[in-house]
Amino acid sequence: MSGIANHVEVAPAGVAQPARGGLPMLLRRAPERIVAPLIALLLLGAWEFATHVLDVPEFILPQPEAVWSALIGGLSHGAFDRGGYWYHAGITVYESVAGLVLGSVVGAVLGFAFGASRGLERSVYPFIIAFQALPKVALAPLLVIWFGLGFNGKIYITAIITFFPVLIAALAGSHAVDPDRLDLARSCNARPLQIMRKIVIPSAMPFLFAGLNVASALAVLGAIVGEFVGARAGLGMLLIQYDQAMEIAPLFAILIILGIIGFALNQSIRIVERRVCFWAQRRDLTSL
Amino acid sequence: MRNQTQRVEIETGVPTQPAGPILSARNLTKLYNAGTAREVVALTDVNFDIFPGDLVSIVGPSGCGKSTLLRALAGLSRPTAGSLLIDGEPLINPGPKAAMVFQQPVLLPWRTILDNVMLPIEFRELPIANHRAHALDLLASVGLAGFEARFPHELSGGMQQRAAIVRALVQDPQILLMDEPFGALDAMTREQMNLDVLKLWQQTGKTIVFVTHSITEAIFLSQRVFVMTARPGRLAREITVDLPFPRGLDVINTDAFGVNAGEVRALLQARSEI
Repeated sequence: MSGIANHVEVAPAGVAQPARGGLPMLLRRAPERIVAPLIALLLLGAWEFATHVLDVPEFILPQPEAVWSALIGGLSHGAFDRGGYWYHAGITVYESVAGLVLGSVVGAVLGFAFGASRGLERSVYPFIIAFQALPKVALAPLLVIWFGLGFNGKIYITAIITFFPVLIAALAGSHAVDPDRLDLARSCNARPLQIMRKIVIPSAMPFLFAGLNVASALAVLGAIVGEFVGARAGLGMLLIQYDQAMEIAPLFAILIILGIIGFALNQSIRIVERRVCFWAQRRDLTSL
Repeated sequence: MRNQTQRVEIETGVPTQPAGPILSARNLTKLYNAGTAREVVALTDVNFDIFPGDLVSIVGPSGCGKSTLLRALAGLSRPTAGSLLIDGEPLINPGPKAAMVFQQPVLLPWRTILDNVMLPIEFRELPIANHRAHALDLLASVGLAGFEARFPHELSGGMQQRAAIVRALVQDPQILLMDEPFGALDAMTREQMNLDVLKLWQQTGKTIVFVTHSITEAIFLSQRVFVMTARPGRLAREITVDLPFPRGLDVINTDAFGVNAGEVRALLQARSEI
């Protein structure tokens, strides 16, 4: 019995090993490289099926081909051509990134200041919580009145929306600093500003980047909302125009571009994070 | 001058004690949550004198206040009552005379070993260039030559703690305060580290105050052992260890060592039975 079992076990292991290198191996090692494209293909197939076989009307769901040609058409203009997507995408990216930078800097400075001073945290934090409870999208019309149809209003809306997650992250990061590190600094007569610069801020970096990741997703939202309310340019303005003209295919094309912008913004944050917090990542790896 | 005279004393093999104590505690008391219902007496009525070049261990069970005492000596925690003098002056804030080695290496993971070692110099705003050379020498002296540019996670636990000791030494303190620095290391590494501390003490003549809960480690690393007992944290007695220097690990098996260990154990047990 055991002899047969052994025989059966040993033979395929020896023979099958080289043959196994292909698909099953990839499925086990990196299933995402097979499954993710499959999901994309499935969604595209469902889309084709809905528009061609089920005949969903074009003003509800345009055909993938129509969206594709709208996308190609819109992208075939120059960067400064108001008739193309590049120009408007550039403006929306500019507003998102400038707003994200402004909001993050304010959020980080406030967060670290609160982290350093309990008194300040207790005095100012309630106001920030109250402000945060406000749906900030509701502020967009006001900001457009204050700052006009140009970039500034959109940058401020984005900043207002993005500063809170960064503030929370910086505050949590300052509270989470290993007390031993603070003792070490104090035992060397470190001044508060030195402790902030050399211990607290670097220690809090992984927290800060978690906040920045959230904020980066909100940044495009801020810019688009601002453009909805009133703008001369930007993808949000284009969306409203196509919506009113019932041109659904280019509307979908813009949604795709917005998705790509959001993804790219998030990925850039991750790349910076990997460089700045290289030590945190390595520690994760060694603990695995 | 002072350093030189100390070195000479060490070389004769019998460190003698110059006049004034470098650390002196009188009726030292530390309360946590003083005046509230949750008041805890961490230390009560602690008295001792430690002289320049002394090698002293503080041993006791968890919660006896030995770490609290060491933190007070480092200036990290202020006593509630009593006086603490360092070199004849009241100890109020952390100063350059004493440097601390913690239970954990507490190396900053984003700094290289050399940059970690230089951290106190940066904090104290001392000239970087000449201290850098000093730091490299010290790193080499503890077997970390070639690891200056590595990051802490690339080093073993023992190597990390060596780097932490170098970080304390780079400030050239007169007193080295060590708070159970080898508790997290395996037994073999720990023995080697104990030998290294003895070597360091003999070569530099620094005053070393070493906190531990290991009786063996306390006696091996001492001329005097302060035995502390818990609830409230008190200094029960001081035991003089008369084992000759230099000491090797074989000293642990001698009768004299056993007698000392018995004394310490008896003190600790007598207290825990109450």
